[in-house]
Amino acid sequence: MLSKSPPVVWRSRIYRYRLIGCKCKNCGRVHYPPASACPYCSSRDLEEVELPRVGKVLSYSIVYAVDSDARERSPVILGLIDLGVTRIIAEITDANPEDIKIGSQLEAVFRRIGEDGETGVIIYGLKFRPVI
Amino acid sequence: MCAARPESSVGIRGWGVYIPRFRISMVEIAREWGWSDYQWKALGMVERSVAGPDEDSTTMGVEASINALKRANINPSDIGAVFFGSESKPYAVKPSATIIAEVLGITPLTMASDLEFACRAASEGLRASIGLIASGMVKYALVVGSDTSQANPGDVLEFTASSGAATLILGGSSGSAAYFEGSFSYITDTPDFWRREGSPYPRHGEGFTGEPAYFKHIVEAVRGLMDSLGLKPSDFNYAVFHQPNGRFPLKVGEMLGFKAEQIKLGLVTPIIGNTYNGSALIGLARVLDYAKPGERILVAPFGSGAGSDAYSLIVTDSIDESRERAPTVDYYIKNKVMITYSQYSKFRRLLRVIRE
Ligand SMILES: [Zn+2]
Repeated sequence: MLSKSPPVVWRSRIYRYRLIGCKCKNCGRVHYPPASACPYCSSRDLEEVELPRVGKVLSYSIVYAVDSDARERSPVILGLIDLGVTRIIAEITDANPEDIKIGSQLEAVFRRIGEDGETGVIIYGLKFRPVI
Repeated sequence: MCAARPESSVGIRGWGVYIPRFRISMVEIAREWGWSDYQWKALGMVERSVAGPDEDSTTMGVEASINALKRANINPSDIGAVFFGSESKPYAVKPSATIIAEVLGITPLTMASDLEFACRAASEGLRASIGLIASGMVKYALVVGSDTSQANPGDVLEFTASSGAATLILGGSSGSAAYFEGSFSYITDTPDFWRREGSPYPRHGEGFTGEPAYFKHIVEAVRGLMDSLGLKPSDFNYAVFHQPNGRFPLKVGEMLGFKAEQIKLGLVTPIIGNTYNGSALIGLARVLDYAKPGERILVAPFGSGAGSDAYSLIVTDSIDESRERAPTVDYYIKNKVMITYSQYSKFRRLLRVIRE
């Protein structure tokens, strides 16, 4: 669930805007979103790395029961995307469900990902779309 | 000719556009509201772009800016000023310029602000940037014009008010794709088009939007520029005017002595609509997509309220190397999906949805 609290939105902005992940200096693996410890070996010796902006679809789900924020873009396609160095789960935009296949090439794109009602903060971040 | 002006030390380092893929046709809008064909045919329009449900002027500004940055091929942290010109800001209070600067990695050592002057806010950003760069205060400046322009449903404005963005990155003239020869502004207080605080849709002075506003200000700015540089219409290879519809730019060009062939390449409104702050700048970007070294371009944005700026640009030998680094205007023009009026209403939130 996307947090709509301004401090949380603010703290997470850089990795949501620029696709910044973490590389573990102990086991060498990369994860996204950044965590304080490596999810594979628990090491806290991590460095920030910019992830590739192009990847391919490993799997996807089509969500028909969407949050009321997302009603205008229903159904929402959620993708598990292979970026080579790591995998990431993100919404797929600018596509109809029939446009997406396992292996489809996607690229990161900056979009609105949510908002706190009509008067609260707007949450921006990365989605993926078919490569242009 | 004339002594070097401060403008000539400044040039366009990178340009980039974004046009959302959705289009609605004039036929579809006319069918919905019962307009007769002659009413929209008089506007010289075919179809216009519509932003998708997860897009706004900030996200489109980011896309155009990423394209401009690819062409400029500079370090984002060397950009010292970010100006965002829009009349459709997602937040009434809270700058979009800061969001764009953060996404691109320009923050924190930069100026950043949103500008408002109907369709010419971004153009004011260009003139300010020319001053900042010519004076040596900043190395590069990024200027975005982006709008998801609104129209009262059933208003004639609905035929033209579309969505799109253009970004120009300015820097020193050396290494730029085109440099400025001069610029000229002409401003008066003219209530031809406005939107009051808290009002969802703009209003316009009907016939009043033409003669005393659009035509008067553009003619004065372009004549002022040509007089100051000692140039005449035939000295320009291309002329790009603000384009609220398909007809006005050709008419203002004719009033000034330009031929339709000079205007045609930069006239994109008939197929994508009036992108407001993006309008003249997307037209300029399309010209830059094709222009050859040594060619001279006239650009004259206009904003209601009212004012116009005219710029003369000379294309340099550097243009070819930056051109291929990002998608062209024609790419975005061709990449389209036609939608119905009800999809448009849903995407642009003209339907009242209660969110639980
Ligand atoms: Zn590890």
